Amino acid sequence: MAITILIAAPLITGFVSFFIRNDYFRRFLLITCAGIHLALTCSALVRRPDACWGGCFALDSIGVIFLTITSLLFLGAVIYGVKYLCDEKRHSNDVSTEGGFFSPEAVFIGCLLLFLSTMTAVIVSRHLGVLWVAIEATTLASAPLIYFHRTKRSLEATWKYLLICSVGIALALLGIFFLAVAIANDSGDLILNKVIDNAAQMNIPWLKAAFLFIFVGYGTKMGLAPFHTWLPDAHSEAPSVVSALLSGALLNCAFLGILRMYQICIAAGLAKYCQEIFILFGLLSVFFAAFFILGQLDYKRMLAYSSIEHMGILALGVGLGGGAVLGAMLNAFSHSLTKAGLFFIAGNILSHYGTKYISEVKGIIKGKIRWSGILWFIGFLLITGTPPSGIFLGKFMILKEAVYQGRYWLILIFLLSLAIIFIGMARIFISMTQGVPSEKVETRPLTRNRFWYISPSAVFFILVVIMGVYLPTWLLKILSGAAEALGGF
Amino acid sequence: MSSWVDLAIISIVLLNLMVISSSRISACIQITALQGIIIGLFPLIVDLNSITVGTIVFSAVSVALKGFVFPCLLFRAQREANIRKEVESIGGYPFSLLMGVAVFLISCWLSSRLPYTHPLLSKWAVPVSLAAFFTGLFIIVSRVKALTQVIGYLVLENGIYLFGMALLVKQSLLVELAILLDIFVAVFVMGIAIFHISREFDHIDTQNLDELKDWVISQQEL
Repeated sequence: MAITILIAAPLITGFVSFFIRNDYFRRFLLITCAGIHLALTCSALVRRPDACWGGCFALDSIGVIFLTITSLLFLGAVIYGVKYLCDEKRHSNDVSTEGGFFSPEAVFIGCLLLFLSTMTAVIVSRHLGVLWVAIEATTLASAPLIYFHRTKRSLEATWKYLLICSVGIALALLGIFFLAVAIANDSGDLILNKVIDNAAQMNIPWLKAAFLFIFVGYGTKMGLAPFHTWLPDAHSEAPSVVSALLSGALLNCAFLGILRMYQICIAAGLAKYCQEIFILFGLLSVFFAAFFILGQLDYKRMLAYSSIEHMGILALGVGLGGGAVLGAMLNAFSHSLTKAGLFFIAGNILSHYGTKYISEVKGIIKGKIRWSGILWFIGFLLITGTPPSGIFLGKFMILKEAVYQGRYWLILIFLLSLAIIFIGMARIFISMTQGVPSEKVETRPLTRNRFWYISPSAVFFILVVIMGVYLPTWLLKILSGAAEALGGF
Repeated sequence: MSSWVDLAIISIVLLNLMVISSSRISACIQITALQGIIIGLFPLIVDLNSITVGTIVFSAVSVALKGFVFPCLLFRAQREANIRKEVESIGGYPFSLLMGVAVFLISCWLSSRLPYTHPLLSKWAVPVSLAAFFTGLFIIVSRVKALTQVIGYLVLENGIYLFGMALLVKQSLLVELAILLDIFVAVFVMGIAIFHISREFDHIDTQNLDELKDWVISQQEL
């Protein structure tokens, strides 16, 4: 029952919001829905809800982790986003009069809620066909969000996102058909538990092909190099709230799609084969990200490449197995919160300075948005994995496992890339926060209610620091439960 | 019975070659629609003796979507964008046709190497479905207009569907319908995006969608 409400509440509210004329009522609905979602998620943490719809939807420990991330992030994004929408309306008077049947804000809020609903569906679905449908639906629900600003650049980003992700996900559908062929008995049932139970009799060549197709398909959506090309464009052109959700929640959901397939492969005894693929593409992503962060001119694109880096780290952690899987789970949690916080701050900087170019933003700490500047720098320290951060702990666990397995080449490339990323990001963040504010750039006063622009990021950062210092037993239990399901400990 | 199946499969190969070598967009839309109708009818012609209500509903929905709704959406997008022909594609049309043939041969080779455990619809079904898949992929990569890329996406989807049918992969009807619904919404959203592209840029050439890139950012934007 709880699972049905988790999916249906945002779905219905989403469709209803398209037709509501009153802005305030619509925003109220959005916040209420996000609150209810988080409350239900917390209750699911305490007591796992029962499976429903004939076993198609259920929550396991991996699902609980990703659901908590998504729900928490969504509430933060909504609190930030409502403030953002109020200001957007105040600054541009002509938006609401533009053609269209629905007002842009109605579309935005409606799609946000549909996006939440589809992401929840991805997380709880145990049927691989339903999982595919849900992942494709996240693409479609989020495309209008990226196009919110209605500029040429955002249109270009939206088109690339739609086409590249749809084709990628089509590959995954072919992979799912391959999997159905690999299931030797004639039931053709694609419910995860049943597939795993019968995994021993699977046809291995077909299963290998299925894993490859699903890996490439969902990997495109997850942003693993070299299939990541849509990601920097979409993240840099979307409104910051949407970038935060894309980076913190959506990429994880796509990763979950791959993990489900990986669970089947583990049961079929293909773990070694899959792990090599995870490691290869994980390492490639981290390396690519390092290369592109170094010369970046646009700070939102830089954050996007940092997301590619972290997706690479997740894949690497799962690929190494053992203790690294727990590190990867921890990293997924910390990365989502940190990156969302950073995107919120990037939104503040963007609306204050009116530019995305790093070279034109200087001395934020000395300017009018001092607190954003301070949080921007703290966020940098957290995302690069400076010790009191959950990300540090995650990376450390992954490295420890790599050392334990004696993969020295991997460690060398990994550490080198991380060092390059640290240097590249330090250059950008230091020059933006420090330095003399340039006078020729016109700044726009950020609205009076600055508290709501800063507090979601601040809360997220505090949570990440807490996770780096102290992991409560119940959280550790869930994380290690997920790690066990993925062949680690 | 299998003669009908073989006839349908051969016509799909020919339609692949037609769509890859045609420069008129309306022709491409019609060819894709015809291909969609043939593939939508597959569940019915495969086995006339075991037709259930489920297969009829599924078949009717897919024929209606692939054969009528998608072409309508695409024709509307074409009218709004006001284009008739695809510009010279990368490598020219003779090259595209050669690629179409090459793709078919590669698919034949690939499918001869796969171990089959399932009963097959026809021994040509798997190579043809893979050929449609790769043809769609080739169209998406090589064509310039946004509309033609959507047509490529549909050909690719047709290929995947045929594959599912060829290996008689049974899935629950609800999931199949949900997949169709997803593709429908995808085409719908892409149609809207094409409308916006043609309004913003006065054309739908994706070659000119090149403002977003790393490192070299034009300073005129400032």
